[in-house]
Order: sequence, then structure tokens, then C-alpha cells
Amino acid sequence: MTLQFNDETFRDDYSFHNSDRALKRFPFPFHEDSYMYSVNMEQHQGGPADSIYEKRFDVDEHYVSEMRDRAMVLADDPLRCQSLPHMTLAGWDLLELIMVSKSEDYPDLFELHRDGDQWRWVNKPMGIDDSFTFLDEATLPYGPMEYITRQTQGDFCVLDQRDDNLWMDAGTITTQADWSLDFDLGMNFFEWHAPVPMAHEKGIFVRALKFLLNIQQGAPARRLNWTLTVNPLLDTSPENYHKWGIQKTSMTPETVGAKQHLRVELQTFFRLPRSNALVFPIRCYLCSFQDLTKTPKWARRLHRVIRDLPDELATYKGFIDNRPMMLDYLSQFDDGLPTSLGIWPDLDTEPALQKRLI
Amino acid sequence: MSGAQKIAVTVTAVVPLNDLVTRFEFRRTGGGLLPTFSGGAHTVVEMRDGDTPRMNPYSLMSDPMDQTSYAISVRRDDVGRGGSLFMHNNVAVGDEMVISNPVNLFSLDLRAKKQLFIAGGIGITPFLAQIKQMERLGGRWELHYTCRSEALGSYVDELTTQHPNEANVYYDDQDQRIDLKALLDGQPIGTHIYVCGPKGMIDWVRNTAAAEGWPREGIHYEEFLAPQSGKPFEVKLAISNKVIQVGEQESLLEAMERSGVDAPYLCRGGACGQCETRVIDYTGNFIHRDHWLDDAEHASGEKIMPCVSRFEGKTLVLDR
Amino acid sequence: MSKFEFPTSIISRPVYGTLEPRDGSAHLMIADATGAQAILDVATPDMMAKAHIIYIPKGAEFGHRLRALNPAQYYEGPSYAAAEQRIAKAFGDAKMGLQVYLSGSEGVMGQAQHAAMQAGVPHTAIQTEHRGSTARRMQCVHCKGITEDVATDPFQCSHCGLHLFVRDHYSRRLAAYQGVNIDAEDPGNVPEAKGIYE
Ligand code: HEM
Ligand code: FES
Repeated sequence: MTLQFNDETFRDDYSFHNSDRALKRFPFPFHEDSYMYSVNMEQHQGGPADSIYEKRFDVDEHYVSEMRDRAMVLADDPLRCQSLPHMTLAGWDLLELIMVSKSEDYPDLFELHRDGDQWRWVNKPMGIDDSFTFLDEATLPYGPMEYITRQTQGDFCVLDQRDDNLWMDAGTITTQADWSLDFDLGMNFFEWHAPVPMAHEKGIFVRALKFLLNIQQGAPARRLNWTLTVNPLLDTSPENYHKWGIQKTSMTPETVGAKQHLRVELQTFFRLPRSNALVFPIRCYLCSFQDLTKTPKWARRLHRVIRDLPDELATYKGFIDNRPMMLDYLSQFDDGLPTSLGIWPDLDTEPALQKRLI
Repeated sequence: MSGAQKIAVTVTAVVPLNDLVTRFEFRRTGGGLLPTFSGGAHTVVEMRDGDTPRMNPYSLMSDPMDQTSYAISVRRDDVGRGGSLFMHNNVAVGDEMVISNPVNLFSLDLRAKKQLFIAGGIGITPFLAQIKQMERLGGRWELHYTCRSEALGSYVDELTTQHPNEANVYYDDQDQRIDLKALLDGQPIGTHIYVCGPKGMIDWVRNTAAAEGWPREGIHYEEFLAPQSGKPFEVKLAISNKVIQVGEQESLLEAMERSGVDAPYLCRGGACGQCETRVIDYTGNFIHRDHWLDDAEHASGEKIMPCVSRFEGKTLVLDR
Repeated sequence: MSKFEFPTSIISRPVYGTLEPRDGSAHLMIADATGAQAILDVATPDMMAKAHIIYIPKGAEFGHRLRALNPAQYYEGPSYAAAEQRIAKAFGDAKMGLQVYLSGSEGVMGQAQHAAMQAGVPHTAIQTEHRGSTARRMQCVHCKGITEDVATDPFQCSHCGLHLFVRDHYSRRLAAYQGVNIDAEDPGNVPEAKGIYE
């Protein structure tokens, strides 16, 4: 497989777009016609061929452009990447995990040559060929976590594990759903989740934490999370909210299909061996409503989920004001037919939409 | 089986250290590197003792940075359930065995301004790996190690020659004792204590430190509860629809595995919570031996940790 | 003086207790304004023999009563910033077994708690008791500027001028609540400011 990388932007003119392949493998997050928070975690041991689950760290057509966007965010605000002093070892763990995984999973794109602690890393899509000494920070242009996460799609939280809790003591966060690493740095699992409505009361975080504390080397786990974003803007940070917030008011009934994006996070969990820390990659996939509704099952389901989502969640996710406009748009596609269980598109078995305005 | 893939290893060395302790070294069967780990991690070694499967946790004592081989040290326990006896009597160089990926329930707090290690007897093993990690990464540490006698002082020579300033050894038979109060007094703020040894020693360190005003988070301990034997008992597994017998020499978890029931576990030592199982019905008494459930949960009769806990009575029905 | 009952809130928002005497090798007590009363309530002669009190009166007149407790060390200063170096040294020199007692405003307790944590004291081992002002120390998430004694919401950032909603989300590392722009989606529509607990 040779992957073609898009030349696209996630700001200003928003030239971001999904190919047919990207649409087909988009991680639609709803396995039924309604949605509520749950402890939705499973083993991360591969998945169907060409699905986003197949590889440990999925590389897709947006790779090069996403990395360019990350570099711009970090140049503007270096506090989006921070690592407390005791987390350097975990940073090396992460670098090793990603380099080993990517060079094994994408040998045509990445190469890792190791001779004792003398390592050479080749990243062909980004034109990088660096030699360095493993565990010697002086031989890399950035700290190990920053170095590797500037070359890997998705945000990364690196959690220290102690006192039966996880602590957000390092991370590279430039494509976040409106939360601040700089502010949350040093918090524990319950504290950084404090703003989330309803889930605490349902005992979700207590049980999720028990599970996470027990994640073993070689046995990663994963879950999906989602929100909605106007325009394919990766950097929806609180830091810049006074700049991008206004875009939420820019949609019209004519543009909602193109501008409104479903934003899905593939969250994975890996134990890091040398530090006993946990890494939490948050990989963001974007898809416009007009592209999503090309898949009949997703078109029907998206309308029902957005319509029936509790107000608390719609408020927290920041789209309660735009919901009526979205529903006007989405209801055009919902013909009321039942949908099959599970997240996969089931293109061969689900009937075409019976109803379609426009 | 839940959890990570197992690792097939070959025994490359069996080194008796003294009357009680033998070191076993493993390499990956068929070649290749073993996973790295963090100081304090253990591996669960699987043994086939005739018809009885045994799974014992042992601390990894080799250099965490060395991926070519692992080492563990096993103390022979003549009255225990036989895992250590099996290792001593039946395992030889060239044998193939299966071990788990490393798991760490006793990791270093890397923020500590100073690490204070306190070991009793075979409790020295996790510290051997932690010391190598500290030496590699830098940072202050100090070891206080009590042994029964010079003859039984595993790794004393290595420690005192390589780390003459950091390693302090105490022999019981020479009436040498750690003066704990004096040791704790004056330690710089941000010091963390790690203690591994017999339960009495762990309690002594925890209680003394607490009385001196040390915070709970600064005191780390790992207590391998050797899964103790007990009277045989019968269990009904509701989901699997099976009635199984738990023998004297095996744990409830091992009995479930022997019967082909996929039961979750991680530490197999009553510490991690992974094997927590709901009790549907019972007539009799639980023998709870875990650190996971609290007193109220133990008293409730609603949960059991099959890796270490047992039951005496007429009926026990589990949600498994 | 009765204590202010903070309404229950999200988990990251600190909760404060009542100081109680604890065994320890030394006692470091940091208070501002009427926080002095909490120290007066908890002090015992035994404790005072090993105590270092750092007090920032902010116009309150408890100094002579604290001094009369006869602590091993006593310091009174005009502001937290003025005391900061001294506090850093006290923690830097400290030994395990030190007990930390903080009382007074959230801003001063939060900053002293951060200093203690930097030294290696777990935050759960630090005792706190709120007294006096309910104003907050707040960080503007946009310009990162920190403003002391924020009593109203919304609040105009003293650094960048944005109008901020004062959240209950709190960072121990920054010793501050978070302020987020309130009129980003409707520029100019800023509700009238009122007391945070009104
Ligand atoms: C250790 C890894 C994890 C990290 C670092 C993490 C981090 C976060 C952060 C920073 C937020 C945003 C909170 C805010 O509004 O400020 C969030 C939201 C949330 N998290 Fe996590 N999380 C982790 C694991 C989990 C797990 C395992 C679950 C549940 C099974 C979970 C459930 C949620 C939910 C339901 C939300 C609200 C999301 C929404 O509605 O958009 N998280 N998480
Ligand atoms: S397996 Fe860890 S508590 Fe039972």
C-alpha cells in the first residue's frame, strides 16, 4: 500500500478533506441509535483490515498536514507540550513504543535501526533521518516525548501511576476538544475529569480507573469518544477559544452540511515498560455531516443520536445552540427505517435512504 | 485467558546461592529480546506440577535495561503449597517454561528526592532491579537489608562491594537490628520508603513511619501473599454452568483455570483487584486473604478474590 | 466568626477542613488575615516548641496573639510574595515528619500548598482551613496571567482585558481557578458582574 498524503489545512481556508477510503474507514462512534457515557473499553489487539484499529498507531492521508498544523500550534504556544521532570523516562518509553510499532507496521514509511543504544530513525513522509543515543536527551532536538509526538498523529497524555491513581504529568496536546493541558497538568484522573457531567454520578470514572491501573505491558486497550466541531479545526483549545468560538455562530442552513464536523477520538491505552507510566494517545478523526450522510446507516443514526442526546451532554460538548439547525439538516435523511447494531457501515446490507430532500 | 500474551522462555542458569535461595535465569525460547520492565516488577511463572498447574509471582531482579535475559530468585518454602519446591527440585537448565509479561505493583516514585529501601530476607529481590534502575538514571538511594545470618545473606557481597556507601546489612543471628526511629529521623523532605519482606516487618515500618508523621503516600510496600492452601471446597460457577472442586494445594482461581473457565487476573496475589468476583449465594464462611476489598466488603459476603481467598462451608455460587 | 460554607462543586475544586494537631518532627504554619484564628485554635505548647509560623496580616490584628503563642520561629510580612523566598527555604530545609498547616484565603493556602508539594509533601498530607476572604486566585486561560483576589464573576482579566467566566475548575500546580472568555460567541454580550457566591 502506498499512502497518498493530502496537502490540506485545518485553519484559515480549511482545505481539509476526506478521500473515499478515509470515509469508508471513518470511526463512526455510535453502535446504536442513542448515546450515553459508559465504560466502553476493549482490548486494542488489531481489527479488520484497513480499519483504523488495524495498526497500533494509525497513519492516514492527513498525516503530513496534521504534523504541519501541530508545528504551528507549538510555535505559537509552547505550553501545549509539557513534561514534568520525573516523566522523561516515560517519554523515552513512548518514543520507543512508537518507533518500534510504526517501523514494524509501516516498513515502507518508517525505519528504525538499533545497535545497542545507537539508534537511527527514518521517517520518509516527513523527510527525517536522525541518529541519536537512546536515553540521552542531548542527542535529540527536543525532549523524547516532544520529538516523537511531533511526528505522530493525535494528542498524547502521559500519565504517571502512583497512589492508586493516574496523574497527568506530561503531554502534547494540540488537537483537544476544548481542554487545557497547561491547566490540567499535575491533576489526577478524577480531577481532570471534574468538568464532565453525569459520568461521575454513574460511577464510570471509578470503574474506568480500576481498569486503567491494571493495564499490562503488551495488552493495550481502547475506546471511542466524540464531539462536534464547526469547521475542520483541530486546535479547539480553551487558550484560543476567544478566537475560534465565533465560528460556531457562522453556520447557516445552507452551510451546515459542509461546516459541521463529527469529531471522533480513538483513545488507546498502553503501559510503558521502563517507567510503569501509562500513555493515552487521543487520535482525532474529522468528518463533515455531508460526507457522513452518504452512508445510509450513519445518516439515520446520527440524526437520532443528536436529537435524543441529553441537554447536559449537548451543553458540555458545546453544540446546544446549533442543535436545532443540525436537526433540520439531518432529519432530511432519516427515513425512520431500523438500523443494524454496531459501528460498521454495513453498506452491503443496509437499504439506501428512502427519503432525501435537496 | 485475559491479559497480555505469555512469554515462552528457556532456563539458562540455575544457581544455588545458599541453603534456601536459588537463582533462575531465562532467555526467550527461540531467541529475541524480552520486554523491558521497571524496577519492582514481577513476572508470574507457570509450572506444570504433574496435573497441578501452579502460578507463582516472583520479582524480576535482573537489570531492567537488559533485554537478553531475566533473573528471579526463589526461596524454598518447605511448608507452602509447593511452587517454590517445584522450582528447586524440578527445574533445570534447558527446561522450557512460560512466564507472564512484567507487572509492577511496587514501582518507584520517580519524583522522590531520595529512595530508602528496606528489605528483609528474600524481599531483597525487587530492590536489586530498582538499584540498577537508580544507578542508571541517577538519584539518591540507600538500602537497609536484614538477613538471618551471613550464610543466608543472598547478594550481600555483590551489594556491599558495588555500593559500599549505600548498602547497609544487618544479621539477625549477630543481634544486629535496624534502628528504624533513628533511620527515619532527619531524612530530607520528599524521601520515599519502600519495604519488602515478611508481613511483620512491613507493619513495623508502616506503623513506625506513620507515628513519626510520615505521609501514607511516602511509604510503599509489596507483600506477596503466598496463596495459602486450605481445606478442599466445592464451587458452583453460574455463568459457565459448572461445579468445580478446589483442592488443598490450589487456589480457587487455579481451579477455575484448570476447569477451562476464563477468569480474569493480574497479580494473583490479592492486590490488583482484577479477579474480583461476585458471590451469588453461599452458606458458610469466607476466608478472605486479599488487600483489595475493604472490611465492609469482606463482611458483606458479596465479593471474593479467587486468587487468594477461600471458602469453608456447604454451598458457594459465583457469578463466573 | 462563623466560617463560610462553600457550595458543593466539581471534584477539582478544593475542599478545606479544620486544622487539627498532628504528631510530627516540626510544624510549619502559614496563614493570612483571619487565618490566624485557626492557628490560635489548634496551637498547643508542645507544638509551638517545634513550630515556625509565617503570617501575612493584610490589616488583621492577630500578630501579637500569634507571637504570644511563643513559637520556635515567627515571621510576619506584608504579602505572600514577600514571604515566598522564606517559605521556599523552610521547605527546602525541612525533614520528613514535618507537618504543614495552612489557613486563611484560598490564594495564600493554594500558593503555600504548591510550595510544599514542590518540596515533596503530598497534597493530601497538608492540612488546610479556610478563613476570611472568599476571593479567588484566577488564571486567564488565554493570556495565562494570574490575578489575585477575584471576587466577582464575570471578571475582566487584569492582564489582557478579556471578559472571563470564573470556573470552579482548579489547578493545584498553578494554585488558581480557571477563567475563560465569556463573550467569545456573542462579542460584547457580557452579563453584569456579581459576587461569585451570590
Ligand atoms: C487515562 C486516560 C484518560 C485521559 C488522560 C482522559 C482525559 C480527559 C480529558 C482531559 C477530558 C476533558 C475534560 C474537560 O472537560 O476538561 C476527558 C473527557 C471525558 N473522558 Fe476522559 N480521559 C481518560 C480516560 C477516560 C476513560 C477510560 C473514560 C471512560 C471509560 C473517560 C471518559 C470521559 C468522558 C465521558 C469525557 C467527556 C467527553 C465528552 O463528552 O466529550 N476518559 N477525558
Ligand atoms: S488477581 Fe489481583 S487481586 Fe486477584
